[in-house]
Parts: sequence; structure tokens; C-alpha cells
Amino acid sequence: MLGQILYALPFLAQGFAVTLWVSLLVVVLSLIAGVLLGVGLVYGPAPLRWAVRIFSDTIRGIPILVLMFFVYYGLPAIGLHLPSFWAAVSALTLFKTAQVIEYLRGAVGSIPKGQSEAAMAIGLTFRQRLTYVIFPQAFRRFLPPWINGVTDAVKGSALVSLLGITDLMQAINQVIGRTYEAMPLYILGALIYFAVNYALSLASRRLERRFSFIRE
Amino acid sequence: MSEASNANPALLDVRDVSKAFGAVEVLRSVSLQVKRGEVVTVIGPSGSGKTTLLRCVNFLESYDSGSIRIDGKEVGYREAGTRQRRSERDLASMRAETGMVFQSFNLFPHLTAAGNIMLGLTKVRGKNEAEARSIAEHWLGRVGLAHKADSLPAELSGGQQQRVGIARAVAMEPKILLLDEITSALDPELVGEVLAVVRSLAEDGMTMLMVTHEMAFARDASSRIVFMADGGVSAVGPPKEILAAETTNERLRTFLARFRASHF
Repeated sequence: MLGQILYALPFLAQGFAVTLWVSLLVVVLSLIAGVLLGVGLVYGPAPLRWAVRIFSDTIRGIPILVLMFFVYYGLPAIGLHLPSFWAAVSALTLFKTAQVIEYLRGAVGSIPKGQSEAAMAIGLTFRQRLTYVIFPQAFRRFLPPWINGVTDAVKGSALVSLLGITDLMQAINQVIGRTYEAMPLYILGALIYFAVNYALSLASRRLERRFSFIRE
Repeated sequence: MSEASNANPALLDVRDVSKAFGAVEVLRSVSLQVKRGEVVTVIGPSGSGKTTLLRCVNFLESYDSGSIRIDGKEVGYREAGTRQRRSERDLASMRAETGMVFQSFNLFPHLTAAGNIMLGLTKVRGKNEAEARSIAEHWLGRVGLAHKADSLPAELSGGQQQRVGIARAVAMEPKILLLDEITSALDPELVGEVLAVVRSLAEDGMTMLMVTHEMAFARDASSRIVFMADGGVSAVGPPKEILAAETTNERLRTFLARFRASHF
């Protein structure tokens, strides 16, 4: 049994690399899109605020799996054919973006209005106010839910196996298909997912301590 | 030269400024001039529009009609009469010309005392770190906090925080300093140290427009006092005249009587 698992390890490692790659893409793309749209939601003109609000509420109300199938099987109907990998990454990114928008809104919204005003009063432009005054303070509140969201993204990436992408989950399933050793392989998979996420939450705790000097 | 411009034109010229929040008129055709080097104090009951007026001067609030000029330049809008806002960059550079000190200090909690002062100097005035640091240290010395340069706001008392707030505003070398009830959030024993700083700035010739409830300070430090009531300027004059018990202005007399009753 052990021999079979060892034999399968390089294959599992390839799957794990795909899992990490999907997670990284989703986390980075959703961070960029979510922060931009979140700033639009907090500071934008009314039409932009409504658009972002509708986007966020709609996406968060749909199960990720439905979203993923919709992008992969539904969009070709309007002529948009995405390869399975990018369909999966797009769907996960859309979902994660909606969450990042809410984290950002919450974090920025918690900064007293006087901070923006003081920053305006010394002549900082909008972008400077965000960069030097608002974001450094909001960061501490943004971080915990966001890291939570990152661990969700790593776990949620297992869904891409349902579009036939050979990530860690799919690799495990395929090895089980050959070896019929379900239990040890699922335990191994669980341990790998856990190790990644535990490392993330440790890093998060360290970062939070690093920024805990900011008191209001 | 037209007759309107004279030898010492007003540095701040507020003309017929009106503003409403919905149905509530907070400013009704307010006019007010502050000359270079003058200290003008605005007093009046709460809700009389004092703070709103101050916030219009550096365009933290927009106004509906009228004109506000600083050094001849229209604030907030591209020109008097139009309601076309200036660009973000334009507004920022205009705001840099007016210093503002807030009732609730509003120091940046993630930056040290020196860092609070240096932010505008480096990002708006384009000074390098070393120049900005030495200017910050100079002003911290002026407000008696040279030894607190590297303290975070949370490590300072209210009075110390407000003195950093003043240093942050004046370090930018503004044309006019706006002070919005800067001692109202302070414990009584800390008020004196903050007012002493304001007084020494006034002696140096800093032009100031100040909303305050400190009548004794208004009497001693102001060139002129403006009394506001119901969003309008009800009386303007030298402190002696405005604070005289026998004033004929009914509203002012009521305000002063109430004030004396509650403060002495």
C-alpha cells in the first residue's frame, strides 16, 4: 500500500502544483479586481456604486459550482468558449472578487471620516489619501477576513476537478481509481490542504501582530 | 486699479455664501473678510453654521451659491457664479494653502508625531525626508513637543495630540489657519497649553479664522469677533464691542447671557 502511494507521489505533486497555481491566480486576480471595485463601491459616483452592489450581491448569492458550470457550459451559448482551466479560474475569481469587495468596504468603512478630512486638509489628492492614510489603517481590518478568504480559495479550488482539471483533488481520485486505497489517499490529501491553510493562518497572525500598533 | 481693491485687500473674502442641507438652510448669505495677519474668531450658538462656514473655506463642504476667495483665487469652483467644481488635483493644491485643525485632532494613528507632520511636506510640498524631518522637528519644538517626535498619537495626551495637529497644519506654511473648536474635546486642564500655542502663532502674524467657545481667549486674542446666529452673520466687530454686556443686538445679548450663566 505504502509502495503504491509512494509510486503515486510525483503524480500527486503535479496535481498539487495545479491546485497552487489555480489558487494563486484566483487570489491575485480577485485581490486586484476586488480592491478596485471596492474603492468604486465606497467612493464612486452613484451609478458605479449601484453596478458594483448588484454585481457583488448577485455573485455572492450563487453557489460557486453553479457559477463554474455556467461559465463553462453556459457561456458557449453566446459564443464565449473558455478552456476548462480558464473557465474554472474565471468563475472562482468572480466569486472571490465579490467577497474582496465586501472585505474592502468593511475595512475602509471602519476608518473615521475625520481621517479623510485631515488628509484632504493637508492637500493630499484622492489617490494619496488612499495610499498613505486610508489603506495603511484599513489593512489591519482587511487582513483577517481576506486570509480566511484565501484559505477558502485553496479549499474551493478542489471544485475545478469537476471540470476535469487534474488538480490535487482530481489526482487523488485518479490514484484511488487505480489502487482502490481510498482512505489513506484522502487522509494524505486532507493533510496537504491543511498544511497549506495552516501556514497561511500562521502568517496572517504574524502580520496582524505586526500591525497591531495602530490604535484608533 | 478699481475702487474695490485697496492697500490691504482681504486675504480671505467670503461673499454671500449660502448652503442648505436638504430643507435646512445652514448658511444664509454669509459675508466675511479676513485680512493678512488678522485673527478672526467666530462665536455663536451650536447649529448657527460656524463650523460649516469654516469647512466651506477649504472646501471640505461645498456651498450652493456665493463666492469664497483666498488671495484672490476662487475656492472650490472654477469661477464665482458657476457651480463647476475644480479638478481633484486643483482642489488638493488649494487645500494645501489653508491649514486646518480639527476638534477631534484627527491625527493619523499609524504615523508618529513627526510622521504626521512630514506626510504633507513630502507628498504635497515635495521635500525630501531629511528636510521634512527637520521642519517637523522645528514645529514640534515650537509646540513644546520636541521630545515626542517619535511617539504615536495613541501615546500622547489630548492636549499633546492637538498641539501636533497644529504643528501639522502650520508646517505646510498655509496662507490662513482654520481652527475648528480645537479645545472642545479637551479636558479643562489641557485647554491652556493648546491656546498658548495658538496665541504664539498669532503673535507671529499667522492669519487665523477660528471657531471657539473660549470667550476669554476670543476677547484677548482676536482682532475681530464674528457672531453667527441661524446661519447668518449677526454682528461683527472688535472684541470689546461684541462682548460688551450692553450690546443692542438682542440675539447676541441672549447668547452672551446664557454663556455667562453656564460658564461662570
